[in-house]
Amino acid sequence: MSNRAELMESGKPFAFDAERDAEFERLAKRYPSRDSLILPSLWLVQDQQGWISTEAIAYVADRIGTFASQVYEVATFYTMYHLQPKGKIHICVCRTLSCYLLGKQQIVDYLHNELGLKPGQISEDGLFSLEEVECLGHCGSAPVVQINGEFHENMSVDKLKEVLATLQSGGRS
Amino acid sequence: MEVKILSARFDIADANKLEVAKKHGAYGTLEKLFTMEPAEVTEVVKASGLRGRGGAGFPTGLKWTFLPKGLDKPVYLAVNSDESEPATFKDRYILVRDPHMLIEGIIICCYAINSHDAYIYIRGEYIYQAKILQAAIDEAYAAGYLGDKVLGHDFRIDVTVHRGAGAYICGEETALLESIEGKKGQPRSKPPFPAVEGLYGCPTIINNVQSIASLPFILEKGADAYKAYGTEKSSGTHLFGISGLVKKPGMYELPLGLPLVEVVDKVAGGVRDGRTLKGIIPGGSSTPVLTAEEAQSVTLDYESMAAHKTMFGSGGIVVLDDTVDMVKLAENLVHFYYHESCGQCTPCREGLGWMLKILGAIIAGKGKAKDIDLLLELCDNIEMKTVCVLSAACTMALRSYLNKFRSEFEAYIANTASAQPVM
Repeated sequence: MSNRAELMESGKPFAFDAERDAEFERLAKRYPSRDSLILPSLWLVQDQQGWISTEAIAYVADRIGTFASQVYEVATFYTMYHLQPKGKIHICVCRTLSCYLLGKQQIVDYLHNELGLKPGQISEDGLFSLEEVECLGHCGSAPVVQINGEFHENMSVDKLKEVLATLQSGGRS
Repeated sequence: MEVKILSARFDIADANKLEVAKKHGAYGTLEKLFTMEPAEVTEVVKASGLRGRGGAGFPTGLKWTFLPKGLDKPVYLAVNSDESEPATFKDRYILVRDPHMLIEGIIICCYAINSHDAYIYIRGEYIYQAKILQAAIDEAYAAGYLGDKVLGHDFRIDVTVHRGAGAYICGEETALLESIEGKKGQPRSKPPFPAVEGLYGCPTIINNVQSIASLPFILEKGADAYKAYGTEKSSGTHLFGISGLVKKPGMYELPLGLPLVEVVDKVAGGVRDGRTLKGIIPGGSSTPVLTAEEAQSVTLDYESMAAHKTMFGSGGIVVLDDTVDMVKLAENLVHFYYHESCGQCTPCREGLGWMLKILGAIIAGKGKAKDIDLLLELCDNIEMKTVCVLSAACTMALRSYLNKFRSEFEAYIANTASAQPVM
């Protein structure tokens, strides 16, 4: 479960932009129950502003016509929903089984020693954040790291350095 | 040893695109499908011997027959693409390399079970995979394979991709349904089984991606053609994911029934140079580990695995060589299950955390001689005392490490004892 203590206000009201609003309306026709829109709506929120504020939880509940407590329950149960802003470069290192056997710890140690990051933390400049996550389903090309949603397979410390340098210089990884 | 049944289009460039997939046979079974009675389709699938490829191995066609007859409620199909069991990475290939094979399978299944609404539950981490799948679905709608009149027939099928958000438990079929309904992924008590009361309280069939993707071949070539692969009771082919400390890890399609060690050696290149085999996890992290000696006589089918007191599982094979510290590996796995417990049942929520603490203490040099038996006792007191089998997935695995590699746990504890100051 996500840490409920992480819940934060953004200090400004939330509403879907035109693109997300259209996707919300498309999805609304796909389910016989509006509560089914909770997970997709939270994805749309995160897609739009990077994380899920308490204002967004209230907005989603209102749009769907359900209780804010139910949206809150979902937002805090599923670990991929960010309840606080993450770094511009959000790094998820797989920690399980095959990635463990093939040296994921070296990658975590490198990030700790070089960037001062510990799992669950965000760097002071807001550039990096790190999470150790459970199996990412890429065991045949372990160890795997997911950065801003993109998978990087057969990772090593050297490869990670290259990817991060590219991302920092504004390029795509 | 490799075969190309499900993976026939995997190596064709852009086979995720409709035009390319169609040129290579996609949607070729649909004309035949609509000339058949739904019950006939189910009979073919039953006769093929296809078993659920998510891990449980329950016969797919038989599962469909559990739907109640004559009910005045819609029937739903939920396709399980949660793929979260550590060591499992097979369904991803279908989603990315041949999504139209999956969509064709969904059409076949929907027709057989008279369902008009299919939901594909895909794990949240598969972001790019979900995009490719959605693009394929959009193409299928545009081409008339999905929508109000499938290929002009009076049969509607709508397919919706529902993304999870990072919860292993949502691979459990009733947790998956809860998640589609917009709730926490906490499994339901059974009965009622989903075939009777599933999504939105309606009859629901939940099948794994690979099971559904196997349907076009079975319908096109017939049950006997499928049974020509594999063994008497474990028919067909399977996408095996081989990972861990092996020379050529990867996804390989193989008929069922091949000798495990031969597959590891010949298909995946065997252990790295200068290393020896220590053990094999045969079918995903929850399946009891096999020692190198036990592995010699195992074949890759449901019956052989059961005879060796382990399980076929999801076809995720992990190779362990002599460098692996079994105590630390066990701790890594228990951490996974502890983290992924939904928190609903006390034995799982509290028990897995307790076991993790004990293992952590053993590794940190603070273990006590009685800890090994305490862990075994905890396994007995947690297993099957919960709503779902997540806790059993953890305890079955942990028990196998404790029993088969007990000396390694004892060595940690003995070192602890020898490090104590002598009074």
